[in-house]
This record gives sequence, structure tokens and C-alpha cells, in this order.
Amino acid sequence: MSDTLATRIPTYPFGNDGLDPRLPDFGLEGVGRVQLPTGQQALLFTRHEHLRELLRSPDFSSDFTRPGFPLIRPLPDEMPRREGSFIRMDPPEHTKFRRMLTPEFMIKHIRTLEPLIQQTVTDALASMQAVGKPADLVEHFALPVPSMVICHLLGVPYADHEFFQERSRILLAWSSPLDVVRTAVEELREYLVRLIERKRGEPGDDMISRLAAERVATGEMTEPELVGLSLLLLIAGHETTSNMIGLSALVMLQHPAQLERLRQDPARIDDTVEELLRYLTIVRTGLTRVAIRDTVVGGHRVPAGQGVIGLLSAANRDADVFPDGDRFDLTRGSHQHMAFGFGIHQCIGQPLARAELRIALAELFTRLPNLELAVDPDSVEFRDAVVFGVRELAVTW
Amino acid sequence: MSDRLRVAVDREACCGSGNCVRTVPEVFDQDEADGLVLLRQPAPAEADWAAVREAAYNCPAGAIEVTQG
Ligand code: SF4
Repeated sequence: MSDTLATRIPTYPFGNDGLDPRLPDFGLEGVGRVQLPTGQQALLFTRHEHLRELLRSPDFSSDFTRPGFPLIRPLPDEMPRREGSFIRMDPPEHTKFRRMLTPEFMIKHIRTLEPLIQQTVTDALASMQAVGKPADLVEHFALPVPSMVICHLLGVPYADHEFFQERSRILLAWSSPLDVVRTAVEELREYLVRLIERKRGEPGDDMISRLAAERVATGEMTEPELVGLSLLLLIAGHETTSNMIGLSALVMLQHPAQLERLRQDPARIDDTVEELLRYLTIVRTGLTRVAIRDTVVGGHRVPAGQGVIGLLSAANRDADVFPDGDRFDLTRGSHQHMAFGFGIHQCIGQPLARAELRIALAELFTRLPNLELAVDPDSVEFRDAVVFGVRELAVTW
Repeated sequence: MSDRLRVAVDREACCGSGNCVRTVPEVFDQDEADGLVLLRQPAPAEADWAAVREAAYNCPAGAIEVTQG
């Protein structure tokens, strides 16, 4: 933005049209106002240091039902149900739900799933090869792998994947009309209500069965809360990792020297995954919060009731922390990235996401040493949704 | 150089992200029962100091305290 435009407030969200996120030019301070589609204005923070402070601060709420909460899509007249959706709660309510899930996602438990992830990845690659080249990497690899894994973990039949994939796409696309979103949510809820009903009769070795038996039956959680929680995990488990796998393949294929480096030294896979997480930061819409009391972030006063947004994709390119941050460099050591957010809401599924990314990418590049794009990289289309990703990615090998 | 580095964790504040365990498994662990942080080594070896400081910095919940001296 030039000086003459200093009074013009940028419209938010900025949209997704490439690997580099669109970032506002707020000058050195990196803080400014944005105009939301709902008519509200929010204070947007973009600096790494400010996001650390904001997202760890008890002065901000994640509850969208609070006055002043910055909304990107208008709420329907009837307040949407928030039951079990603990990412939209504050302590102590948030703590209660989060604690029910921490043992499920702890590193040790995820490690026991690695053989299953490995098998899923191997099978998906084999079936993509069987389809023949060129093949869409998203349809045949990036989407089925996390989808099968989260289904297994939750106890949702994978056979129903078309039903919930289609609806979760609707839910996350900015272009979906509100009533269509609402219908999709209701259908997903009804599906989960029936599934939980079945699990109560015939429990399996899965998370929904365990939560139903150990938390709902004991009265710690209501059934609608379990429905909300399962819905959240099902959608998050699908969309995030699958978009990361598709985008990661694109980035690696566009950086052949670094891909070669990884192939020479497979132990670099962990650093590669961290750098991909930083560079891509797929939750490009950032994290929304509202101040619940007068407070200060990075020296900026934020009055009670002010909506704020922490732009993770900007913090992950902050030159103070990641010099030359627009450059993809798997040797940089990107451990301070905020791709999973920060604060008590930081992604609970991150050990699972990391394991899936590590195994999927390592296998993809090892088993298909001649993997390449079958399309012009400039023609790749990106998804304009809450979660950033490629629509499809034709590859050959 | 100073003599010792002391680590303390706040299990009440911990949100079970597992970041610390990933960074320095010699010093941090996750409780089998609840997934929350367990301190294995309140006075880590000097070789781990840098990683312990990194773990404290990156703890999303600010649940790790490091003091030196
Ligand atoms: S990094 Fe912090 S929040 Fe995460 S497990 Fe360790 S102490 Fe808990």
C-alpha cells in the first residue's frame, strides 16, 4: 500500500492464488486494520513476536459467540451449535475437552499408528500407479491417505468417504452459500449421530467408541458434544494433511536441487516437513480472537471487545525469525514456525500430521524417483477456502 | 559459564502438544495416562541446554520455565 492509500482499509481475507501468501504492507510495526465481509473491522497482527504474545494471552477469547468476535462469514440467524467444538472455547471449558483428547494424540500413541500409515501410503501409491500416468496426485494420494488414517483413528467407515469429503469441502469453501453450508453440517451431524449410536451397541477399538464409553456414558460429555467433537476431528483430519501433501509435492518438484538433497540424505525428511509447514502455512486465514479486557499486544493497545486476527502465514515469513523467508530452504531449521498455531489451541493433531507427512513424502519421492509434474506449474489451480491447497495436481513418473 | 540449568514444567498449563518431547526427549516426556508433560530431568546435561531453551520458547502454552545459575 502506498501513502495515498494509507486511509484505505484492506479487505480481508486476501485470497489464495499462489504459493506465496498475499500479505498486507503494514510497515515495520506489522499491525493494521482490515475490513471483513461481515462489515466488521479487525486488527490484523502479522509479526511473529506479536503472534506469540497474542496467541498465548489469556486476554483473548476464541468463542465466536462473544460480542465483537471477528467473523469472516456471517452467522446464520440461528446461532450455530458450538457443542464439542473446543477450538471455539476458552478455559476451563476448552481444557476439559482438550484433556479428553491429549492421550489419543500423544506422540507415543501416534507412533503405534505408524505401521498403519506406512501401509496406507504404500497401498495408495500402488493404486495410483495402477491407474496409470498421468494421474491426479490429490485424488489418488494426497486425499485418500489422511482420509483413511483419520477414519481408522476415529472409527468412521472409509467406505463413506465421498459423503463426508464432499460436505467438508462445502463447509470450508468461501464461495459456499450459507444455507448450503448449514445443510452440509446438518447432514454430517446426522451421520455421526447414527454412527455413535452404532458404536454404543458395538464398540470398536477406535476413538469415538472410547469417548462414547468413557466420557458420554459417564456423564462427562453429552452426546451432542461428542458429535461436535467428532465432526471437528473428521474435517480437520481430512483437509489439513491432504492439502499439505498435495502442496508439498508441488513445492518439492519445483525445487529439484532440494529434492535431490533429500533423496541423498533421507534423514532430512523431518527438517523438510517443518520447512514445508512453515513455507506453506495452509491456515492462511489466520486465527481470529476477541479481546475480553483492555490489553496490549506488542505495545499496541487493544480495547475490550476488539476483534483481532493473527496471520500465521505472515508470521511464518517474518524476516526477524526466518531470514529471506520467501525462499524455501529445507536446511533452515524452521522449528519456530506457527503453522499449527500457538497457545493452548495449538493443533492437537500435530504429531499425527507430522507422521503422515513424513511417511507420505518419503515414500512418494523414494518409490517414484522420476516423479514430475504433468502440467505447467503456472496452470495449477489453488483452492480459495479456509484451508489452502491445490485443487488437483497431475503428475507422471 | 554458569553452573546449572534448572527446568520446571506446569502440568496445569500444559496443553499436551508434545513439542518439548519432540525437541528434547532426554528431558521431557508425555504421561501415558493423560498425555501431559512429564519432566524426566530437572537439571539437564549441558549438551541439552540449547534444545531445552528452544523447547521452552516453542511451548505453545508457556508451561516450561528455565532458570540458570
Ligand atoms: S511443549 Fe508445552 S504444552 Fe506442549 S507438551 Fe510440552 S509442556 Fe506441554
